[in-house]
Amino acid sequence: MSEPLTARVVGPAPHITSKESCGGIMLWVVGALAPAAIWAAISMGAPAVLTLAVCIGATLGTEAAWNAIARRSQTIFDGSALVTGLLLAMSMPPRTPWWISLVAGFIAIALGKMIFGGLGWNIFNPALVGRAFVSLSWAGVIAAAENYGWFRVLSLPAVGEYDAISGATRLALAAADRAASGAYGFDLAAQYQPLLFHNLEGSLGEVSAGLLILGGLVLIVRGIIDWRIPVGYIGTMGLLSWAFGSDPIFNVLAGGVMLGAFFMATDYVTSPMSRNGRLVFGIGCGLFNAVGRFFGPMPESTTFAILFMNGLAPLLDRFTRPRTFGWVKSDE
Amino acid sequence: MGRAVFRGGVHPPEHKDATAGLPVEWAPLPERLVVPLSQHLGAPCKATVAAGDRVERGQVVGDIEAMVSSPVHSPVSGTVAEIGTTLTAAGSVVGCVVIDRDEEQDLDSYVAVPDGDDRRARVRAAGIVGMGGATFPSVVKLTPPKGMEITTVILNGCECEPFLTCDHRLMLEQPERVVAGAGYIRDMVGAKRVVIAVESNKPDAAAALKAVATEGIEVTVLPTRYPQGAEKQLIYALVKKEVPHGKLPAAVGVIVHNVATAAAIADALELGKPLTERVVTVTGSVARPGNYRVLLGTLVSELIEAAGGLTGDVERVISGGPMTGMALGSLDVPVTKGMSGIVALPKGMAAAAVSDDQPCMRCGRCPESCPMGLEPYAIANYAHRAMWDAAAKRDALDCIECGICSYVCPTNRPLAQLIKVAKAAAMAKGVKA
Repeated sequence: MSEPLTARVVGPAPHITSKESCGGIMLWVVGALAPAAIWAAISMGAPAVLTLAVCIGATLGTEAAWNAIARRSQTIFDGSALVTGLLLAMSMPPRTPWWISLVAGFIAIALGKMIFGGLGWNIFNPALVGRAFVSLSWAGVIAAAENYGWFRVLSLPAVGEYDAISGATRLALAAADRAASGAYGFDLAAQYQPLLFHNLEGSLGEVSAGLLILGGLVLIVRGIIDWRIPVGYIGTMGLLSWAFGSDPIFNVLAGGVMLGAFFMATDYVTSPMSRNGRLVFGIGCGLFNAVGRFFGPMPESTTFAILFMNGLAPLLDRFTRPRTFGWVKSDE
Repeated sequence: MGRAVFRGGVHPPEHKDATAGLPVEWAPLPERLVVPLSQHLGAPCKATVAAGDRVERGQVVGDIEAMVSSPVHSPVSGTVAEIGTTLTAAGSVVGCVVIDRDEEQDLDSYVAVPDGDDRRARVRAAGIVGMGGATFPSVVKLTPPKGMEITTVILNGCECEPFLTCDHRLMLEQPERVVAGAGYIRDMVGAKRVVIAVESNKPDAAAALKAVATEGIEVTVLPTRYPQGAEKQLIYALVKKEVPHGKLPAAVGVIVHNVATAAAIADALELGKPLTERVVTVTGSVARPGNYRVLLGTLVSELIEAAGGLTGDVERVISGGPMTGMALGSLDVPVTKGMSGIVALPKGMAAAAVSDDQPCMRCGRCPESCPMGLEPYAIANYAHRAMWDAAAKRDALDCIECGICSYVCPTNRPLAQLIKVAKAAAMAKGVKA
């Protein structure tokens, strides 16, 4: 007999795995968001950088501290808290006071994720939980905060006259016009270009819908997110906007729709796992976002539309179970 | 050709280049052979020889009278050293006949199986079992139950497992044996249609088969996608029928045989040759990867030595392919009728030893890739909590154990492994889905 050759590891098949990992997927999401985030930081300047830094620092810090206190193995390197922090910052106006960002980051991780048991166990999108908490708690403070221009270190050429607008966003103006007269005081179609490329109103994620779409498409092509959610979401939002007598393109480009459809609603943990479920989920997000925008108290309803659908995700999975192969009616 | 022809599936790196171009060569003959008395699914054989007996190559050394059984033969001429037990690749201990071979061996001669008109009897006497790995006695499949009409015979030459190339080389080097076997199987079951299915990554094999294909034998090239060679998926791809839950392929008028099995059937019927050797792909981290013709009963350790030995930091040695094969705890186990390959996986390529405390991030990859349309994450969750009835309600028993769910999981949850446990437990409890 030969020299002793001993295999080292035994275990059931399969014996190989794909190279896909949680950290790798999260890095792709960060990479897909990076162009829009960097462009926002350049365009909006120091307040945007501060918001990004505080949100990300708060989410990572909260998760690290929670793990340490709960004596769980450290999970901050799986990339999930980084994505939450980045998404949270993108959903905040740059002029948000730093302490509000801090609270938002803490709430996002502590109440949005860790209290459920960490990654994979939460019901609601953590970043949106954080954003919803502070936007309900300190709506007035956020609205009244200094304009971004006060902090701006790098000034870029203004894009059209709307660079001069401060405070109210186009979305808010459009809603006010609609409420007052049923007609718009400005040309919605003329807003496509600034909304796509350089818009300094609203949150960091509203600076360039174009860069968000680009990042979202990269994630779809790379197979990281399912097209059914953004297509269902944006399609429904556009269709309903048109049905409600507004401009569909303006309505999907304005506000948080692109950030929500490509990056928030596609969060693995809080969206359905079945393909049909995802399509219904996307359509539901678009439906509630549109209903909220046209009939709700505030034009910006992305956060609550997605949070609501998050709650329905397990139910959607239940009603859209795939048919097991072989469970067919026999021919005879 | 890129069109998917079954639901789900993945395309893992193929790793076939190392051996796909290498002609089959004889492995050195071992001095002593350990021939297991159970190399098939079904009743184990009883030894028909005793220690000290002379045996000839091809002589029956073990058999049993049972509906699902298959005899085993001596691969060499020699002397029975003992009737004992041996560890198998699957980790079980079975009876075996240990044979010391004569110095001189004439591999071209053997004791032929008894002549006769009953072809099925000759297939059984030759000890032929499914050589794709399932090792189900072929004669049983060739005897469809009364009232079941077989319309289509499918020969499985997909070889969709990464690394393995033994069927590829067989189809390329001896296509006429495969085609002859296809004809015999068709005649025995009275089918109208015969399809030999080959994945698109083996165009040379498909061409070789087409060149010798006789009247009425089709050669179909299917997309390269794992698990194209899984029986139910293969049937669906070719005849667009789903084998109903809990039924055999015969229920949709189909039987599937591996191409190597077909070639062995041709040998048995034309030459009276019993099954005493097979082609094994030895690859991965070995010095001389290759496709070796190996006498059954050769130890895996000897075979690896014939391939130049293990190289580098080998973490797992697999019998079969890396998606469905068995990790060997000991290399001193004999080569058997269903062993298609020995794959030495180095550190980094082999899956890390896993624990199931990794969270599910609900990415949806497992239900998306499952070729049976299951939701592996859900079944695994039930298995983790020992909720066998709930697991069975989610069709755990329909799992074909292809391993895709574990393969695609980004957090490396042992999904397939948990589902296997659920299946075994549900079956032991007699749970009905």
